[in-house]
Amino acid sequence: MHLEYQVFEADFVNAGAASSAIKKTLKQLNVNPQIVKRVVVALYEAEVNAIAHAYGGMIYADIDADKIIVKVVDKGPGIPDIEWAMQEGNSTASPEVRNMGFGAGMGLPNIRKNVDRLDVQSTVGVGTSVEMEVRFV
Amino acid sequence: MTLKEIAEVLEAKVLCGHDRLNEEHESAFASDLMSDVLTLGDYNPVILTGLCNMQTIRTCEMGNLDIIVLVRRKKASEEMIEEAEDEGMVVMESDFSMFKACGLLYQGGMQPIF
Ligand SMILES: Nc1ncnc2c1ncn2[C@@H]1O[C@H](COP(=O)(O)OP(=O)(O)OP(=O)(O)O)[C@@H](O)[C@H]1O
Ligand SMILES: [Mg+2]
Repeated sequence: MHLEYQVFEADFVNAGAASSAIKKTLKQLNVNPQIVKRVVVALYEAEVNAIAHAYGGMIYADIDADKIIVKVVDKGPGIPDIEWAMQEGNSTASPEVRNMGFGAGMGLPNIRKNVDRLDVQSTVGVGTSVEMEVRFV
Repeated sequence: MTLKEIAEVLEAKVLCGHDRLNEEHESAFASDLMSDVLTLGDYNPVILTGLCNMQTIRTCEMGNLDIIVLVRRKKASEEMIEEAEDEGMVVMESDFSMFKACGLLYQGGMQPIF
């Protein structure tokens, strides 16, 4: 099954809509609830990052019998130092983003903890792609 | 503590989930940052937070966290209550500060997660 969602810069009103839709789909497919939670937490963190730190982008999800692969691709500005960004507590969140309850610097570390495979690619000035895979068994 | 006892000690107004007030819960977690509440793995503690917007409800939905206490006189919007109701959550509002609310629940026997 292939699903696609668009997300927009600073669109906090709808932040989580894509994650929520994928959560419902996985539940309907009877995926183990603990695994659904891992997928959804990771995806939600990536979705919020594309809204909070980037100029929006696309979410592509591919679900088959034994795994889900989700790719969140945004339109920039890119992450200058991925290693720095992956460390707990590191954040460049704006005051506006903090007011929305984000900016703990826990999102990327949270993603890493919840997925079986994570691939973060970023080019400054172009964009960031966060690809993650969670296996169902 | 039962959710009813929690509402009583916090002098909280229950906004939704009235049918769940007899449930007994052991642990609580307090934060104003949403990624923090998504680090809790399979636990479902009572969440105390001063963050009061749609993201509070959304984030808890993503983390399967379904008991939310809004502290510091924060008032939930109609939209927040509707979404929380749809998700079967319990949401209450307390006028107490985060410190006081946490202290009272700790005194009442609620446990931290770590
Ligand atoms: N899609 C992105 N585009 C550009 N920068 C990003 C992106 N995702 C993350 N970053 C950068 O990496 C930092 C760390 O991201 P991370 O998700 O771990 O924390 P955060 O978003 O700042 O806070 P939290 O996720 O805890 O609310 C961000 O503050 C930002 O500087
Ligand atoms: Mg983040």
